Amino acid sequence: MDSVGAALYAKDVKPNAKKFSGINQNYAWGQDSWSDFEGSMKQLIPAAQVGTSQMPKLFAGQYGAEISALLASGSDIVHTSFWDGDLEAFILQAGPRGLFKKSTVILTTGETAMYKLAAQIPDGVIIGARGPFGVFAPNNELNKWFSSNFTDRYNVPPNYAAYQMTQSFLGVKTAWEKAQAANGGKRPTPEQVVAAFEGISYESPGGKVQMSLGKGHQAVMETAYGMTKKVGGKMTVEKVKRYPAEIVNPPEGIKSSDWIKNGFKK
Amino acid sequence: MDQLIAVCIDGVIYSSWLFTSAIGLTLIYGVMKILNITHGSFYALGAYMAASVTGALLARGMEPMLSYLVLLGSAAAVALIVAPLLERGLLRFMYAKDEVVIMLITYACFLILEDAIKLIWGVDPYFVAEPYGLLDSFEVGSLTYPNYNLILIGIAVASGLGLVYVLNKTRVGRLLLTVIHDPEISRAMGINVDLFYLVTFSFGAFLASMAGAFTAPTLSVVPAMGVDIIVLSFAVVVIGGLGSLQGAAVGAVIVGLVRSISIHFAPEIELFVIYFVMALVLAVRPRGLFSVAEARKI
Repeated sequence: MDSVGAALYAKDVKPNAKKFSGINQNYAWGQDSWSDFEGSMKQLIPAAQVGTSQMPKLFAGQYGAEISALLASGSDIVHTSFWDGDLEAFILQAGPRGLFKKSTVILTTGETAMYKLAAQIPDGVIIGARGPFGVFAPNNELNKWFSSNFTDRYNVPPNYAAYQMTQSFLGVKTAWEKAQAANGGKRPTPEQVVAAFEGISYESPGGKVQMSLGKGHQAVMETAYGMTKKVGGKMTVEKVKRYPAEIVNPPEGIKSSDWIKNGFKK
Repeated sequence: MDQLIAVCIDGVIYSSWLFTSAIGLTLIYGVMKILNITHGSFYALGAYMAASVTGALLARGMEPMLSYLVLLGSAAAVALIVAPLLERGLLRFMYAKDEVVIMLITYACFLILEDAIKLIWGVDPYFVAEPYGLLDSFEVGSLTYPNYNLILIGIAVASGLGLVYVLNKTRVGRLLLTVIHDPEISRAMGINVDLFYLVTFSFGAFLASMAGAFTAPTLSVVPAMGVDIIVLSFAVVVIGGLGSLQGAAVGAVIVGLVRSISIHFAPEIELFVIYFVMALVLAVRPRGLFSVAEARKI
């Protein structure tokens, strides 16, 4: 629920926003992200209107006309869930066009580009990491171990994708150990590991992971957003806000879209 | 009013980018009757070469303004090394085969070159953003456009006019028109058709790699970036008529403007609109807007 967190952060920093727009990739991820953001904004800042919703195709690469449309919309807030090359191309093209100055831009996956494109991302851009990962990760022992080993190995800090892969391995490890213990110390079957995985909670470099939705098959975590700020030429984030898992995820058995439409009622 | 002007400017910028690539594709088809899928690889190779060489030289303290020459040189290097290898090493043995077979061969080469790019440059993105922001910007109403876009437009105009001039006003151009009309008779008349094929293929590849090299500063250079451009370039040359330079120009302008209009006024149909226009043109003119009547050989 990255985009619910993004809308909560947008309300915190721009409570009087009159117009918001989006540019998202035209497939399920982009459409769902915009739908969640648009729905959440309508609940959180009802007076705000949609300027434009741009949906270029995945990996289009050229966003000149879309950026013009975003600039022309006069939006206070611009939301994007672009990732990887699309995100980087958008940052490279939007910066010289002045979009980051004219609107407060939210990059829900911006953490992956914050070091690579530090020179192109100005201060005041809202970035997320799809959870409490990377620059938003807690200062726990697992994170110190993971982050330092990853950085030593690859010469770059781990981004959210690396955190998520690591925590899925740790989840399987936790479930395996639980199933093995229940199996009298013998090697568990895949079915036993799957059963042991249901509903568990475990610690990861990103913090606590709870398999609390989807009848114990869907993990949730807190999420976090912050604003870019260069300190001594190095990219950092400031004004970090954390949103607990219960605030940015629907209760068990309720569809996200319905939950948002009903004003996030529990 | 601002928005209408923005539609036109965005359309022209996008058309320029498309035209520089599409004109190479249509030139190769016009002369050699090859639907060259490898064109997308030359675009990607140009972008990779430009991003890595320009980035490395800038990191070593090169004067930033020289980066435009390095972009051009990178494109030329790709065309001078890879294109002759491909044409002399493989394609020339295939000219007697059916057009569809040659197209499939270029598709195979495209796949091989895609993997070769990953082997050489890896899968991490390359950036060379400096040239994009060096030239300041111009404003139209509330919108700002980097002057770098004027370079893209200039390259497209120069490429188009240059080709028209060479084809119609020079001896080489007239010889090339003869080769286009009938390679067999041209050969019999003493024209070095093989050389014309080599130069044409290399120059077509240069146009693609130049489009890639000058696009590199505006995006993240990543694997598979050659896929999209080949699809769009095909749409352009099919709309204009395969082998027609005027057709490629008009096709690029149509695609650029239609896309721009849809983004500004109906973004939800942007994905579909280019191919709708292509289908519409083909329904009315199955060989494209500027298709040339072909003499039947007896």
